[in-house]
Amino acid sequence: MRYIEPHGHMVSRTTDDYQAMVTAGCRAVCEPAFWAGFDRGSVSGFRDYFRQLTEYEPARAAKFLLPHYSWLCLNPKESEDLALARDVLALIPEFLQRPNVLGIGEIGLNRNTRNELTVLEHHVELAVRHDQLILVHTPHLEDKLKGTRLILDLLSSHPGVRPERVIIDHVEEHTIQRVLDRGFWAGITLYPDSKSSPPRAVDMLEICGRERIWLNSACDWGVSDPLAVPKTALEMRRRGHSEDFVDAVLYRNPVRFLSQCPRFRVADAP
Amino acid sequence: MASSRQKKSSAIRPAPRAGEIVDLGFIPVRAKLIEVAAFLDRVERHGVDGDFRCAALRTAAALLADGRPERARRILEQLSDPTTEPEPVSSGKAALGAWRSPGAGRTAPHRRR
Repeated sequence: MRYIEPHGHMVSRTTDDYQAMVTAGCRAVCEPAFWAGFDRGSVSGFRDYFRQLTEYEPARAAKFLLPHYSWLCLNPKESEDLALARDVLALIPEFLQRPNVLGIGEIGLNRNTRNELTVLEHHVELAVRHDQLILVHTPHLEDKLKGTRLILDLLSSHPGVRPERVIIDHVEEHTIQRVLDRGFWAGITLYPDSKSSPPRAVDMLEICGRERIWLNSACDWGVSDPLAVPKTALEMRRRGHSEDFVDAVLYRNPVRFLSQCPRFRVADAP
Repeated sequence: MASSRQKKSSAIRPAPRAGEIVDLGFIPVRAKLIEVAAFLDRVERHGVDGDFRCAALRTAAALLADGRPERARRILEQLSDPTTEPEPVSSGKAALGAWRSPGAGRTAPHRRR
């Protein structure tokens, strides 16, 4: 089988994970910028991180013959400091033409605050101005529903946003249809203890259809599984879904979305 | 939204394997249900079942047996913040998994003894 890992925080993972992913059929991995587990104290910390995402990590992945792509932003968890956010936003354009950069992400909301919304709006403006794809993080647990509503309203009210170029990630049963109904792509994240399990992800595919949906592991330094995507293929097959269905969801769908960025290329044709 | 979602023409209906769905899923789900029961017993035994999260869990669990569909969606909504206005500032804390009304005090622990 073949699949794309469209959301993995590989800077937090070991080389063993790269080897396991490639062995399982991974054809490309995409890494959104995210929170480091602590708040970075200055814009220079972000410059170093963006260099890691665009220089060091692609080289590390290449040792396993795995194409590595990245998304750039200030994570919503660090959006409360508006002065720092402004400096980081001003830094991002320097990196947008790097050969592995796909767009702006993962932007969004964390605790649904006014400052987070302000910084999200600035990120969206930046993406529209530079014609970038957008990857949106939706909040955790009890904040997800409200945050998703706020995000959808903000994106839908912006005349420059094209929904087919935006993926709203970490959807669950109470948010997926709202996202799809507005014309956006939806990402289902497979986590052991939160977000979605493989059986629930396949339930959502059966109920909502397989169009404009991708699955990801969002593996990072927390409880997560870098092989969650290929493991979900087993759940699909157990229920009687065809190999074409598995390939469409795990490979062709992410390739279709990501290929809207001309820098994204995979060896296998869709 | 519930009924329109289920009637979507794009929805996938795989070859019927209802028996296998039960065969494969029952034991893991049985284990999770017993974990829920044991957790509720545990918080009662230790006198901390008044925590708003435990109360939210009990309320949500009632949806499991109400005979209506879309239990997962409804439980997630039950545990969600129902407000619509942005928060003035961040609490700086992580989400807890269940929403507590800002005006609500901490519920007194329910003690069986």
